[in-house]
Amino acid sequence: MYNLIGAGLIVIGAGIGLGQIGGKAMEGIARQPEATGKIQTAMIIIAALLEGLAFGALFLGK
Amino acid sequence: MKEVSRSFRTFLLLFTLCFSIQGFASSDPEGEVEGAVSSKEEVDAYIQHHIKDSHDFHLFSYTNSEGERKHVGFPLPVIIWSSNGLVTFMSSEFHHDDAGHVIVEKGGAKFTKIHSKIYELEAGASEVKFDETHHATNAHKVLDFSITKSVMGILLVGLFMLWAFSSLAKQYKSKKVPTGFGRVLEPLVIYVRDEIAKPNIGEKKYRQFTGYLLTVFFFIWILNLLGLTPFGFNVTGQLAVTAALAIFTLVIYTFSGNKDYWMHMLWMPGVPVLIRPVLAIIELAGAFLIKPFSLLVRLFANISAGHIVVMSLIAIMFTLKDSLGVAGATGLSLVLSFFITLIEVLVAFLQAYIFTMLSALFIGMAVAEHDHDHEHDSLGHDVPDAEDVRENFI
Repeated sequence: MYNLIGAGLIVIGAGIGLGQIGGKAMEGIARQPEATGKIQTAMIIIAALLEGLAFGALFLGK
Repeated sequence: MKEVSRSFRTFLLLFTLCFSIQGFASSDPEGEVEGAVSSKEEVDAYIQHHIKDSHDFHLFSYTNSEGERKHVGFPLPVIIWSSNGLVTFMSSEFHHDDAGHVIVEKGGAKFTKIHSKIYELEAGASEVKFDETHHATNAHKVLDFSITKSVMGILLVGLFMLWAFSSLAKQYKSKKVPTGFGRVLEPLVIYVRDEIAKPNIGEKKYRQFTGYLLTVFFFIWILNLLGLTPFGFNVTGQLAVTAALAIFTLVIYTFSGNKDYWMHMLWMPGVPVLIRPVLAIIELAGAFLIKPFSLLVRLFANISAGHIVVMSLIAIMFTLKDSLGVAGATGLSLVLSFFITLIEVLVAFLQAYIFTMLSALFIGMAVAEHDHDHEHDSLGHDVPDAEDVRENFI
């Protein structure tokens, strides 16, 4: 039961984080379309780091 | 353009075909003699069984008209190092038993298989005894070098890559532009080189690491795609495989690290002396634990989670059979598992990309050249400059 609540919290946190990353990256691309490639790369790296963190937490809670 | 859309359509058709077969193959119950998977526990057990590595190549099972349970597939060799030395036999000797009922006697020792792991019975024991928590009390695990399903997948992909890339390389000797399958691979190779290796490692040094990055990229990508076929491979969802890949990256960036890398790790310039040991601990933990751990957990968790989701959606046709009817439940599960599998195709590429990208990034951090001279004050301390501030921030 508690680990399900924990998993929910992790997903909420990861969702907020991913939303921030994606939203800001989109804003950045809209402002500077010529930097799309660089922004996308950085976005994917940060998203991957976040995802690693979230999965690590889910994995430990299992 | 027209050609592109046609090949895309062919691709889509092939994949649809592939996945409908997957739905068919996986929907076949693994459970006991009665057949139909219906309860949540059985579905869970089936998914758990799929996620694990297995000692035989099992395609599907069915119950024939005489009520016998038939398994379709083929056995794989079992190679174990027991207390009496090396023992080999085919996994068919276990007769698809996975609960410790069948005892195989080879080379003066008795073996049995419990939950996809091979146990050796203690001397004198003739059957496995379990305690309350279902742990075997009179048997122990052995060193297992078997050609399991995952090992077979790795060997197949290795051979495929050897064939595909050596024939691609050969084509450049006679002509400028590769033909056939090479046309699919060339853009990917150039993509990994130009978009992953070059920007992250730098113009000067990227060449010596491109080989590793290409190998790891295609290895992970092809194995991820293999996991989406009806054969039920789950190689990149095995912790041992992803751990080995992460250790490769760890060894490469540790041994190719230059003076600046170790300097920044052990005795960070540009910060107060008291903070340096603290930073060194953090940096060491980051380099030897956190980086490889994040690499291995990410790949493992993503692929395992993907497989679990696909199989749970397929299982909808059994779990919701009563409330939605057979046609409704099957239709729902087909639609959902089709689209989630399309997403999994994307994830398969993305995870290969991210693993390669982060490996390149870590290698790039280790070999980065600092061609500026640090300014030193009278005590020999480095004066922080913009470059160092940026380094610390990263």
